[in-house]
Amino acid sequence: MEAIILQILNGLDKGSAYALIALGLTLIFGTLGVVNFAHGALFMIGAFCAVTFSRILTLSRTVIDETQTDFLGNPLKVDVPYLHDLFGQATGDAIIDWAVPLSILFTVPVMMFVGYAMERGLIKHFYNRPHADQILVTFGLAIVLQEVIKYFYGANPIPTPAPQAFAGSLDFGALLGFDPNLIIYPYWRIIYFVFSAIIIGAVFAFLQYTTFGMVVRAGMADRETVGLLGINIDKRFTIMFGLAAAVAGLAGVMYTPINSPNYHMGMDFLVLSFVVVVVGGMGSLPGAVLAGFLLGILESFASMREVLEILPGLNQIIIYLVAIIILLTRPRGLMGRKGVMED
Amino acid sequence: MSKSNFTRRGLLKTSAVAGAGLALPTIFTAQSAHAFTNEPTGGTVTLGFNVPQTGPYADEGADELRAYQLAVEHLNGGGDGGMLNTFSSKELDGTGILGKKVEYVTGDTQTKSDAARASAKSMIEKDGAIMITGGSSSGVAVAVQALCQEAGVIFMAGLTHSNDTTGKDKKANGFRHFFNSYMSGAALAPVLANAYGKDRKAYHLTADYNWGYTTEEAVRASTEAMGWETVAAVKTPLTQTDFSSYIAPVLQSGADTLVLNHYGGNMVNSLTNAVQFGLRDKQVNGKDFQIVVPLYSRLMAKGAGANVKGIFGSTNWHWSLQDAGSKAFVKSFGTKYGFPPSQAAHTTYVQTLLYADAVQRAGSFAPCAVAEALEDFEFDGLGNGKTLYRGADHQCFKDVLVVKGKENPTSEFDLLEIVEVTPAEQVTYAPDHPQMGGPEAVLGACNNGA
Repeated sequence: MEAIILQILNGLDKGSAYALIALGLTLIFGTLGVVNFAHGALFMIGAFCAVTFSRILTLSRTVIDETQTDFLGNPLKVDVPYLHDLFGQATGDAIIDWAVPLSILFTVPVMMFVGYAMERGLIKHFYNRPHADQILVTFGLAIVLQEVIKYFYGANPIPTPAPQAFAGSLDFGALLGFDPNLIIYPYWRIIYFVFSAIIIGAVFAFLQYTTFGMVVRAGMADRETVGLLGINIDKRFTIMFGLAAAVAGLAGVMYTPINSPNYHMGMDFLVLSFVVVVVGGMGSLPGAVLAGFLLGILESFASMREVLEILPGLNQIIIYLVAIIILLTRPRGLMGRKGVMED
Repeated sequence: MSKSNFTRRGLLKTSAVAGAGLALPTIFTAQSAHAFTNEPTGGTVTLGFNVPQTGPYADEGADELRAYQLAVEHLNGGGDGGMLNTFSSKELDGTGILGKKVEYVTGDTQTKSDAARASAKSMIEKDGAIMITGGSSSGVAVAVQALCQEAGVIFMAGLTHSNDTTGKDKKANGFRHFFNSYMSGAALAPVLANAYGKDRKAYHLTADYNWGYTTEEAVRASTEAMGWETVAAVKTPLTQTDFSSYIAPVLQSGADTLVLNHYGGNMVNSLTNAVQFGLRDKQVNGKDFQIVVPLYSRLMAKGAGANVKGIFGSTNWHWSLQDAGSKAFVKSFGTKYGFPPSQAAHTTYVQTLLYADAVQRAGSFAPCAVAEALEDFEFDGLGNGKTLYRGADHQCFKDVLVVKGKENPTSEFDLLEIVEVTPAEQVTYAPDHPQMGGPEAVLGACNNGA
């Protein structure tokens, strides 16, 4: 029983990341009709926004410590962050410790701009081209973006820890009356799940309850008619691209304490997220979210030792296996609409 | 009437002598032109450095390349000479190799076996590389080693830790200075037993590929011999990034120690996840929960950040060693590049010097002559103390370092501290050891190619 609860919890945070990326993918596909293979790269750039912000906070001046030596026997150069000078050591360290949550403020505008620039600069030229062309150009863009990040940040993962206050894990089992240590779950992963739920809720509320969202939904359903009503739907769709980029970026920022970011983390998520979109149903926002959590949880169960002893290798294929089964039984995915990607 | 001496027998004799006389220079010419693959004919000799320049191990590859360039500089008489001054063999004098100036070409392995073989092949066939060296992955090393064997050039392995490189898949043309999984297990086990006791229950997470299997096998064998029990061993996909679903059940299994048979990005992520789950704050079976990382690399430790603190592992070499060879290398490398070298840089630098020295001693670039000079060669002054290049499997036997993540690092390079230097005798094994492929694993015959 405890093993099942544990794997459901594990699946939730993994599913959160899948759902957030798939949500952005679906937003772009539903509005602009573009299959954006560079979406994983946006997730990665978001993570590197956290790295960059953390580096900005730790900008330092160098002082020579005569009491210590470096590896060549010279006096040791010690970096003192400017934040120490500005706010004192304790406050400065506290700000640096909270770099990841604080970087959200930095990431949202940066990602909106990156999304805007990507759409206006490149992707808009491919609206009327076949999906194969869109896939090729966005996949190429993803490779370019990850190489740019590698050039500036190197190939190694860069540790970006969560604030000390969220280090460690919650003994979930003890709360539910199980023995201690049986069901433990890191605080940051709980925060990631809650954060994802808030973002997903906010995106749905934005589309559902604002005039802007209503126009966008109308445009998704019938772009031509909305255009004929005199509404500049293209401009709104560009903004939606920026919004989708910001969602992917936020997913990336908050993911950095879970796994140290590196330049190819976007690619690691991209293929899985596409499977999530297809399983959820192309163009269906609730489908993307549902499929994200479903596949995240199934992947966690398939990684259980007890399962692997019976079906070795299941953990590597489970997502694709489920995708095949769902597409065979429900060709439009879990919540796919008729007519999407069927022309 | 004149009598002729022209007889049938005489004709045959004369023809044979004349034929042999005519053929003799041709045989010599043929031998000297094609005696072995890429025999250097001009005033230079080309070495092929095959390292990951792109992909996840690109930073490690970049450090290897720096070391190779430094080695070439020293071999050609540039810089401060580095380890040439401390090497026990005094054959190398800064005039290149056998008087030929050393040049090099580089290839990008991308940490993929097929790409690595293609770049090695290109360096051999197009650039005339006489020796190929490089690494950062055992799969790549084994693949390139087999290619070099077929092509008839020497392969001096870089960072490759799997037993198979000089075990099951050993080749007569391949040589490894870096240590291996068996040695890690043998060095680590006593230190672990000493630090954590002999009554431990271990849970292994193992990367699902060649290196992972040999490392798990080695660490299990060594720790079980010390009295530890292995509760479970779970294989994790190489492409896995989030290990939470593998780590969460560890505590439920009753294990009190987690062994992460992971390297590179896998190690960074699994260790980060394990620390996140608070495993190290837990008490199981009345003991503090512990994590072990059998193979440490400074570059990986950097990726894992503060999570490595206090965690035991093993390493081939560390820049903080205080022997003359290590100090000379750190000084040369640090002065040129501004930071201390990694273990990957060390082993590649040493391999280049060892190759050059073997050629010098053999008086020939012929692979089989070089191999013979390397086999059972004993040396010192290259950073690991007295070392033997064992002829039976072309594996170096030397001291192994057991290290621990440092509690209070003074810089981003100062992440590991040496806990123990395990003497070579303690990590030495028979060439036909079961973990090395048993008696079936053979070196085969040396190949001069051409």
